[in-house]
Amino acid sequence: MALKTNRPTSPHLQVYQLPLTGLISISHRLTGMFLSFGLILFVVTVSAVSMGLESYTSMQNVLQCWLVKCVYWGFIFALFFHLCHGIRHLFWDIGIGFQQETLHKIAIIEIAVSFVLTVTTFLSL
Amino acid sequence: MAEFTLPKNSTLTEGKTYKALPEATSIRLFKVYRWNPDTGSNPRIDTFEVDMDSCGPMVLDAILKIKNEIDPSLTFRRSCREGVCGSCAMNINGKNTLACTKAIDSFTDTISIFPLPHLQVIKDLVPDMTHFYAQYASIKPWITTQTPAPADAERLQSHEDRAKLDGLYECVMCACCSTSCPSYWWNSERYLGPAILLQAHRWLIDSRDEHTGARLDDLEDPFKVFRCHTIMNCTDTCPKGLNPAKAIAEIKQMLVKRQLG
Repeated sequence: MALKTNRPTSPHLQVYQLPLTGLISISHRLTGMFLSFGLILFVVTVSAVSMGLESYTSMQNVLQCWLVKCVYWGFIFALFFHLCHGIRHLFWDIGIGFQQETLHKIAIIEIAVSFVLTVTTFLSL
Repeated sequence: MAEFTLPKNSTLTEGKTYKALPEATSIRLFKVYRWNPDTGSNPRIDTFEVDMDSCGPMVLDAILKIKNEIDPSLTFRRSCREGVCGSCAMNINGKNTLACTKAIDSFTDTISIFPLPHLQVIKDLVPDMTHFYAQYASIKPWITTQTPAPADAERLQSHEDRAKLDGLYECVMCACCSTSCPSYWWNSERYLGPAILLQAHRWLIDSRDEHTGARLDDLEDPFKVFRCHTIMNCTDTCPKGLNPAKAIAEIKQMLVKRQLG
């Protein structure tokens, strides 16, 4: 048996072109982490409300900033995206939706539905 | 453990460029991963200009032409050249497939060729498959029985039971799917990966096998099956059009259903 030392690892993430389902899969994890972080901010907001008028007003000033608003709507989109892919996972768990031809199509539908839900929320506020 | 970057000895360097003869009119560029165990240097990417007027239609034809006419030291596995042996599995333009069934014309520009991802490289496009085959052996890919075989006949199977193996028996164990799976990249010591699990499913549902329960016991483990997170790269990349992700989902269902009784 030849020496196995110093054998390189073949490139993986560096060369692999993830299909859309693969990209959505990693995004599902990232949005999950993002949303957990958002939960902390949510608690901060709620406690600001509970601490009286002064803290409520300063919190409101912060939330009015356009940058904060972008993050805020980012959270809402992340929530809907995470929800949509979560539902797809439930279908997979019961054995539905594995056909190779539909993988890409359903992925696009997921993204589209998350956008529509985000816009609907925006319009209904 | 997940390591997203390549180790120091595996990072890529620019290699040589082999020009085509001046009279060549229809040139395609092939960028090929090279690593020579005898030199001790890092892997490099060589660029070959191949004259398409005297080259067969498949990516494997181009690689063979490079080996025959340009650089005889180029090392790769191939055998049947018709997609039934699974030897020439490699990463072509970012996707794992069989070089012999992938048409050069299915790409428009330069074609980049790498060995199957996240494996130890023996030389050039030849990765070490030892662990993959050991995992295959671990699921006992043969019929196991308790009852004695019929004295004067084979163990028979109805047409319906035989049909259940369609979409599973066609697998050629090329490892395209397993090496496309990020979960397998990070956890291959303990996760069996799509190819082996598709085979495991093939033996689980074979009507002639009499140890389905024991097979499921062997798979009941947080890693062997359940590191599958339905990323779907396996089904996306299978050069035989099979569906490892579905087979894994069916194993998961079998494991849950028998717990429910």
